[in-house]
Amino acid sequence: MIVELGHFALTLALAVALFQAAVPLYGAGRGWVDWMRAAAPAALVQFLLVGIAFAALTHAFVTSDFSLRIVYENSHSLKPALYKFTGTWGNHEGSMLLWVLILALFGGLVAAFGRRLPLGLKARTLSVQAMIAVAFLAFTIFTSNPFERLPQIPLNGRDLNPLLQDIGLAIHPPFLYLGYVGLSMAFSFAVAALIEGRVDATWARWVRPWTLAAWVALTFGIALGSYWAYYELGWGGWWFWDPVENASFMPWLLATALLHSAIVVEKRSSLKVWTILLAILAFSLSLIGTFLVRSGVITSVHAFANDPDRGVFILGILGVAIIGSLTLFAIRAPAMRSEGVFQPVSREAALVFNNLVLAVACAVVFVGTLGPLFREFIDGEKISVGAPFYELAFTPFMVILLLALPVGAMLAWKRASLGAVLARLWWAGAAALAIGGAVWALQEGGALLAPVGIALAAWLILGALTELWERGGFARTGFGGGLRRLAGLPRADWGKWIAHAGLALSAMGIAALTAWETEDIRLAKPGDRIPIGPYVLEFAGVESLPLGAPFAIGQCGNEGERAFKGTEARNFRTEMGRFRLMDGDTQVALMCPEKRDYPVQRMPTTEAAIDSTLARDVYVVLGDRQTDGESWAVRSYHKPLAAWIWLGCLVMGAGGLMSLSDRRFRVGTVAGRPRGKAVAAE
Amino acid sequence: MASRKKIQRIRMLAFGFVALVGAVVLVALTFDDTIAFFKSPSEIVAAPPPPEQLLRIGGLVAEGSLVRGEGETVSFDVTDGAATVRVSFTGVLPDLFREGQGVIAEGRMQGGTFAAQEVLAKHDENYIPREVADALKEQGHWQEDAGTGGGS
Repeated sequence: MIVELGHFALTLALAVALFQAAVPLYGAGRGWVDWMRAAAPAALVQFLLVGIAFAALTHAFVTSDFSLRIVYENSHSLKPALYKFTGTWGNHEGSMLLWVLILALFGGLVAAFGRRLPLGLKARTLSVQAMIAVAFLAFTIFTSNPFERLPQIPLNGRDLNPLLQDIGLAIHPPFLYLGYVGLSMAFSFAVAALIEGRVDATWARWVRPWTLAAWVALTFGIALGSYWAYYELGWGGWWFWDPVENASFMPWLLATALLHSAIVVEKRSSLKVWTILLAILAFSLSLIGTFLVRSGVITSVHAFANDPDRGVFILGILGVAIIGSLTLFAIRAPAMRSEGVFQPVSREAALVFNNLVLAVACAVVFVGTLGPLFREFIDGEKISVGAPFYELAFTPFMVILLLALPVGAMLAWKRASLGAVLARLWWAGAAALAIGGAVWALQEGGALLAPVGIALAAWLILGALTELWERGGFARTGFGGGLRRLAGLPRADWGKWIAHAGLALSAMGIAALTAWETEDIRLAKPGDRIPIGPYVLEFAGVESLPLGAPFAIGQCGNEGERAFKGTEARNFRTEMGRFRLMDGDTQVALMCPEKRDYPVQRMPTTEAAIDSTLARDVYVVLGDRQTDGESWAVRSYHKPLAAWIWLGCLVMGAGGLMSLSDRRFRVGTVAGRPRGKAVAAE
Repeated sequence: MASRKKIQRIRMLAFGFVALVGAVVLVALTFDDTIAFFKSPSEIVAAPPPPEQLLRIGGLVAEGSLVRGEGETVSFDVTDGAATVRVSFTGVLPDLFREGQGVIAEGRMQGGTFAAQEVLAKHDENYIPREVADALKEQGHWQEDAGTGGGS
């Protein structure tokens, strides 16, 4: 019954979306106020209906209703309760429903909080949003119906892919989708502006918070996905330049560019056409990502099913959305007038530089991701593009970006003096060089990667501190006065400094990990001592735990899992290794890597053991038992500063949230308010 | 004013052009050296590639061919039914590495053996890498029911 209700609600949502796509748009063209006003309630109803559908599917998963095909295929009555819940989106159909839910959520948010949004713009934006919803609701209902029943009800399910039975999965896709799909808002605003033929500061002030919110979610989502791959896949890597990872990274690069260019539209009324184009391209890349991941064109842990019909359907949506919006752009964009003129050395020019570097870097990733597909299409040659390509072709752009960032961030609007900014920053540059030199001396020469990376990170952080120092006026007002002034600065400024510092921390982690990581692979017997970095791993033995043993045994096991599963029974067999991580004679940690076997899916998985501190991670993987019966393959890594990669992302996202809380963005309150000291100076 | 705006636009376009050219040059210089071509065992036997070329080979791990050598080095045969290539690998094999199952190895040909830097197995029981499936299809060793399950 509940399932039928969900199915019905989903179908009804499609009808509402059709209404919402057509009526307000037509009304806006004719100037009919009542028709335009229909957009907001329609968006709320659509969200409610998709919400009901999603709740119904969740209910089916939590209660293990195996009469539903996707529950049978992706769940099992013995699965831990948490994974029954998160399994709702651990499959193709459910994840599409989550996609549509988040799309409707954004539409609903604009309807609820956009009271001050000009009526015409609001009607058109919601209408464009509804067009996307129509396409994806139709896709879900006609090619990927989550509510399909089985003719005979099986006794039990086939269980969820064990790799996905993890707390990381619980939060990674929702965040990623919030980001991915959130970019639809910027797209809808851009297309609405093209239809209206007007882009002004008010428009930019509306687009920025939505882009910022999507960007924050995307940042968290990508970081979570990377961390999940790091601890769950057991390969010791954290980013594989896998096409599916790139599919989320490309929209992130363009969304980052869009955030920065929207500032110029808002403050200087310039770069309008470019900003519109970025908004269209960023969401187009989200759609391309959805196509890559969901069509089965590329096989990976994310591609749940290879149904050619689905690929063709998404390709159709992709074609209509991208060609349609770009055609509209080509027709309407030339009429948009940019007012602000700026000199080649100015904040505007610096932001243009930022945008170009990010866009070109995104193009490089695009070539690497889609190149193999095109190549196979053209001459049938199958190639794969891996990390070496990106290290050579992508990294240089990031280095340029980091080098220019502190300088660009301090240039004045409209016209600036490079010499004056460099004079204010020289100490930061000198200190960064000194730090890089010290690091180089400490590692006793050798590769420059880590010293350069750490020097760049120092340059970014010291540059932000210089700005803090000047904005606080510490030199004039003393320490207390400076702090008071800093506290009074707009949160958008704080957001900028925090986000840039986060970028610096991530860059530092990446450089240090890449340069200083040490790895050891060997066959070891219990009792063996394995030196790794400054530590020694003592192999204490391997214990076999049967199916149904409680999760929490002794001090071993994945802490996150123990916290969430407590005394629940294991739905897998496991061989649990015990290693004592020794620093001299003191035990630093007990590490228990596992080899698991999930009987329902007949699938073994590797659970790495990670001991993480701010200074380093130690990462241990238990391999196969050898034929002699007592020795095991053991891989161990010492990874300096690894945690900073993800901590940096968290800091970056926190900066975005800080900026989002700026009063300027308390939606719509700004128009017409006198511009006082609260105007941020990004 | 109009001319200043025009100059500004020309400057931006010129700058964008330079950035794009830089990227194209960078991509063109690195692309061929860093990509790996996918070959089936038959193709490798028919036309042995030079030792410096980075390759991916895919096929099934031949039954009974897995030999664990000294230390962590293992070797096994990869076959597409028509031809077989010996692969040696130092490291820990992936979870789902089994005889009789699909596998992809990345590395270079050294003498008669393929020295793998990386071995990728499929993600779950039902999944066969697309390249492997295509290679098997070409040799007529493809069983339709084996490849119908969803990849993961």
